[in-house]
Amino acid sequence: MGEYRHRLMDYVREEIMPHRFCVGCGCGTVLNAFVNAVEEIGLEPTKMVCVSGIGCSSWIPSPYFRSDTLHTTHGRPIAFATGVKIMRPDLTVVVIAGDGDVSGIGGNHLIHAARRNIDLSVFMVNNMIYGMTGGQVAPTTPSGTKTSTTPHRNIEPAFKVADLVMTAGATYVARWTTYHVFPLMESMQNAMTRKGFSFIEIISQCPDNYGRRIGKPTANDFLKQFRDDAIRINKTEGMSEEQLDKRIVIGKLCDRERPEYVTQLHEIIREQVAAVKREKTK
Amino acid sequence: MIEINDDLCKGCDICIEFCPLNVFLKSDTLNRKGYYVPVIAEEDLCVGCRLCELLCPEFAIIITNE
Repeated sequence: MGEYRHRLMDYVREEIMPHRFCVGCGCGTVLNAFVNAVEEIGLEPTKMVCVSGIGCSSWIPSPYFRSDTLHTTHGRPIAFATGVKIMRPDLTVVVIAGDGDVSGIGGNHLIHAARRNIDLSVFMVNNMIYGMTGGQVAPTTPSGTKTSTTPHRNIEPAFKVADLVMTAGATYVARWTTYHVFPLMESMQNAMTRKGFSFIEIISQCPDNYGRRIGKPTANDFLKQFRDDAIRINKTEGMSEEQLDKRIVIGKLCDRERPEYVTQLHEIIREQVAAVKREKTK
Repeated sequence: MIEINDDLCKGCDICIEFCPLNVFLKSDTLNRKGYYVPVIAEEDLCVGCRLCELLCPEFAIIITNE
């Protein structure tokens, strides 16, 4: 151990470091960016609840982030987070989960949480594969790639989750990659401070269970591809859909205001309680 | 200044590849867990942009303003 201690070790459960992610896994970078964002906006981990599901990226908050965490059943982190937010609206509720969890198995929870505009921050780590279970094809796997369950090639088109959530009615949607750490950090700060449903899709790398089969066995191969393929949303004007399919569109996709669900729900509860009290005093 | 925590490093080489000024070099010494950790080749070149610190998945790089 060196003579300096990492300044962010107060936010991480130091006793179980180094973490169990594979060499070069993007989940570590996302944890780093998330912890930096929390430090930057001065959020107390005791005033936060992090909810995650099943999968590699669900390990980011639980156990490594030093706040209260809920490690829930597969695909249900948003459902659990909704419950937490409704009972404790004073806490910042963050969902960090993977693409298989949020968009595959829990797809409906995601759409309806965005439609209701519940005050949650959902950070979806999209590594384009079911990494933990052995590299099976996921809804976000690009078509034409080889995985362990599509040994010839994947014939399904990939799911554009951020676009879906934007259409469903989220108030803040962004897409970044693990190479673009500085804007990702800023985006996470925006997502956690604002009211309403905010969603960040983080394109990440899985060198071991995905890269190995497609000829990109190291994290650097992925990060170089992210750097070269990424295109800012404001530079996509005039590009055809075919051209954009080959690129990763990054940036803030939408930022708008809509009435929030939990505040409205509590307003109704207050009105009804007051009405009952008036009735009793009559 | 740059400090690399050898115990946390898993030798993914992201810092070596993406440092804009090529401050890091691959070493031939193994750490406690059997990974080849990077070494600081030219610390004077470092301008403290903190890209390596943020890209590092392992919290193994510490940049301090000194």
